[in-house]
Amino acid sequence: MAQFNLPANSVVKPGKTYPPATASRNVKKVIVYRYDPDSKKNPRTDTYEIDLDTCGPMVLDALIKIKNEIDATLTFRRSCREGICGSCSMNINGSNTLACIKAIGEIKGDLRIYPLPHMPVVKDLVVDLSRFYAQYASVKPWIQTQEQSSLERERLQTKSDRERLEGLEECILCACCSTSCPSYWWNSDRYLGPAVLLQAYRWIADSRDEATTERLEDLKDTFKLYRCHTIMNCTDTCPKGLNPAKAIAEIKKLTAAVGN
Amino acid sequence: MNPDRPVSPHLQIYRWPLAMVISILHRITGAALAAGALLLVVLLVAVAADPATYGMFKEYLLTGLGQAFLILWMLALFLHLFNGVRHLVFDAGFGFGIEATRISGIMVLLATVVLTAAVWLVAWLY
Repeated sequence: MAQFNLPANSVVKPGKTYPPATASRNVKKVIVYRYDPDSKKNPRTDTYEIDLDTCGPMVLDALIKIKNEIDATLTFRRSCREGICGSCSMNINGSNTLACIKAIGEIKGDLRIYPLPHMPVVKDLVVDLSRFYAQYASVKPWIQTQEQSSLERERLQTKSDRERLEGLEECILCACCSTSCPSYWWNSDRYLGPAVLLQAYRWIADSRDEATTERLEDLKDTFKLYRCHTIMNCTDTCPKGLNPAKAIAEIKKLTAAVGN
Repeated sequence: MNPDRPVSPHLQIYRWPLAMVISILHRITGAALAAGALLLVVLLVAVAADPATYGMFKEYLLTGLGQAFLILWMLALFLHLFNGVRHLVFDAGFGFGIEATRISGIMVLLATVVLTAAVWLVAWLY
């Protein structure tokens, strides 16, 4: 049963405020979710006032500035800083996105940064994605064929077959969409969620893959697939501009034709 | 997974896109319509009983509270109906763009309000 409020150990308490280090007129308040697993205390929100004149343009730059100059204990994942690795996915002012490609200038008022929603928090903005990855592995995200591959020749595709993978192969598994989905919030133990379903469709749509029927039969499940109620938060939030909701609709159309 | 880990905030912090609002309204109106169907049963029972019972039933519905209830019921009915059609289109694989979803959502809300107003205008004029 879905629990709409946070359990007692997860309720967010007010935290510390760090005033700006320099006298500047270009100050932005950055409110960040903090959780220290060693303290045995509830999560809190700390407020950092940072000088935007000495900060890079992106939300990730603000986080790095805080970590470098104000509070070295602030913990978050980041790597490529150009929206291709998917590490710095987080909730910024109410929507999930990648901190490295979200401009601070786009946000009016205070900047509010939380971890990806409804996930177990390891520390600060770092959430435990192990279930998400296990679900990804469960859809067998690799090519399956009857024939042995040949060393002489690649598996060829026509241009139009390759075009069917557009909007699917660009997914970087940042988990922004899955953790934006209320259905995934309430049923992540059994519902695969938009990211994993989009990845599943990426292999269903691949002309070289020969396990399409098996894949569809595996997905044809009240929970795995059909907890999607077309709420559309996934497509709304995807930082890569992909459309998981559309991919799921395509799977639903195909499963309707399988085994009947 | 470590059960001691806190759950990150979700409903508490998420900014609701229009589509998410309409989605939950679809559920709420669905439940409300099922509950409202009881009123239809009451109506049938009243009609079947005798003219005096039916007259009493009608009088209740003509009070301010009764009228407000009927208006809400009709809003629920139209919203659920139009959004249901929108979902049929979704299920056929169309209308998934962010902009298309926003426009179809606004159309559902507009149609709901306009049609409910139209029905009540006719009802009160005649």
